[in-house]
Amino acid sequence: MGFFLETLFGGLMAGMLYSLIALGFVLIYKASGVFNFAQGAMVLFAALAMARFAEWFPKWFGFESLLLANLLAFIAAMAMMVVLAWAIERFCLSKLVNQEGITLLMATLGIAYFLDGFGQTLFGSDIYSINVGMPKDPAFIMESVFEGGVMVSKEDLVAAVVAALLVIVLALFFQKTKTGRALRAVADDHQAAQSIGIPLNKIWVIVWSVAGFAALIAGIIWGSKLGVQFTLSLVALKALPVVILGGLTSVPGAIIGGLIIGVGEKLSEIYIGPYFGGGIEIWFAYVLALGFLLVRPQGLFGEKIIDRV
Amino acid sequence: MLYRENGQFKTSYAADQQIFPILQDRWAIALLLVVAFVVMPMVGSEYFFRAILIPFLILSLAALGLNILVGYCGQISLGTGAFMAVGAYAAYNFMVRIDGMPLIAAMLLGGLCATIIGVLFGIPSLRIKGLYLAVATLAAQFFTDWAFLRINWFTNYSTSGSVSVGNLSVFGIPIDSPVSKYLFCLVVVCVFALLAKNLVRSAIGRQWMAIRDMDVAAAVIGIRPVYAKLTAFAVSSFIVGVAGVLWAFVYLGAWEPAAFSIDRSFQLLFMVIIGGLGSISGAFLGAAFMVLLPIVLDQLPHWLGIPMSTATIAHLVHIIFGALIVFFLIVEPHGLAKLWSVGKQKLRLWPFPH
Repeated sequence: MGFFLETLFGGLMAGMLYSLIALGFVLIYKASGVFNFAQGAMVLFAALAMARFAEWFPKWFGFESLLLANLLAFIAAMAMMVVLAWAIERFCLSKLVNQEGITLLMATLGIAYFLDGFGQTLFGSDIYSINVGMPKDPAFIMESVFEGGVMVSKEDLVAAVVAALLVIVLALFFQKTKTGRALRAVADDHQAAQSIGIPLNKIWVIVWSVAGFAALIAGIIWGSKLGVQFTLSLVALKALPVVILGGLTSVPGAIIGGLIIGVGEKLSEIYIGPYFGGGIEIWFAYVLALGFLLVRPQGLFGEKIIDRV
Repeated sequence: MLYRENGQFKTSYAADQQIFPILQDRWAIALLLVVAFVVMPMVGSEYFFRAILIPFLILSLAALGLNILVGYCGQISLGTGAFMAVGAYAAYNFMVRIDGMPLIAAMLLGGLCATIIGVLFGIPSLRIKGLYLAVATLAAQFFTDWAFLRINWFTNYSTSGSVSVGNLSVFGIPIDSPVSKYLFCLVVVCVFALLAKNLVRSAIGRQWMAIRDMDVAAAVIGIRPVYAKLTAFAVSSFIVGVAGVLWAFVYLGAWEPAAFSIDRSFQLLFMVIIGGLGSISGAFLGAAFMVLLPIVLDQLPHWLGIPMSTATIAHLVHIIFGALIVFFLIVEPHGLAKLWSVGKQKLRLWPFPH
């Protein structure tokens, strides 16, 4: 039982991180109808910027404080993501208005290639570490219930709290602020939003910036766990079944979907994996999403598409 | 002026329905074939065959197969690499396990296996479409990646997971030199291009296009969506499977599952989109573009005499590649094939204004 719970917690934590990346997908899809394959590259780019700036700033300006370095690096990386969002809108998306979904998808793939190359040219292509002072040692909980308790990584716990906070902040931003209201209006209907005077281009820059922010947070958490390296951009592919499962247009869907995929992956690896020769983590998420789509094509919380196929 | 169809009257149904109704087109194609079959083997260098022509031919065959699914039937697939892998590994197993299996038969059987898997993973297309379908086909990609890596039976229990074939021959003719490999690929590609061209002009091809343009309307006029979509998946994955066999047997010789990773799927999708959706020639143009671009970008600093480290070049290639893709999508979202047809229109009048 203790082992089962450990696996479960491990799955929930992994799922939380998938959700973070999936959030970026959902935000952009909701507001501009673009299926953003570049989200993984954005995570890598943001993490690279964060890692290298935190390394460079103390050297450039001659100070020692880790906190200050991280803070400055965070601000600098965020600024880069905003510039990036602006550039993507200005040079790519605004020229592709009214194109089909697949063209936009390909364009984001192009952006992903570009970012992979650009980030590594700018910041180097080794493995870097991000040290934001997350606790590394494991903790044991529920020792009174089980023999030896359940081992939980503190790092994962912090990551989960951060992810939860991010979701709350985003929810507040979307529900309570004027900009958030404008974003939701654009998501509902581009033309109607435009006709009541919401500037579409500005909204898109904001949305991509917010997605960049989500990418930065995801990049920092993944980066401090695994190190910043090229494989980070591949983790984002795991977020695809998450968004599909949760529904492309739903923020809570991204969270719940991420948790389901994370838990399902870990549990299936342990309990079903041995029958298949192991390593089924690679495809389990996709097959789960595929099977789910056959029953509910719009995902768990997606908008029901009234559409004959 | 040179490219005018004036005076070319069609006096029979056969003349009306031929593939290239314009005389100049027929000449151009004949010339192209002569160059490909006769001139190239005489003048091409070994590097030219190995690095450019053979990959170009095989990838254009794969792009052709994908174009049938994406361009003609409107179903997005990101699992092309998987279907190539299925073809390659199936053909490998037929070759290894059955003594005296001819290469052509193994190739076709490999394609057949890819068809079965393709139809299986095409079933979700009956319920979902668009981007959701694209992600669903990713399942095929990751599943086959895993299967060929983990299930040792497929790789004939080879310890390293990499498999190889040798001593290829067709009708007693050995296929070992670059020229013979090139000619073999060329023949296969020509046969399948002709088949595909005729298929998309036939009843089933028109059904695919009807489904692509508006599925509800197509169903109303009596086209069965189930049949049309699944046949598109079947034909497409057959051709892609055969291309996978060629890629593994003729181009690589020895391979492992990474040769058919998701990058390959993306690359093929790029070819189809840059070349032009729903066009046979587009598959070739797109493949040429995607094969040549990295080579040119790789060599460019060398030609210009700028010293650069390989890592920097690799990253710069990524940057330029990404930027060019976006650029092409902005400038000509309908692909190179559209550019070609615009050029054709212009050529009809050129050099006169009207």
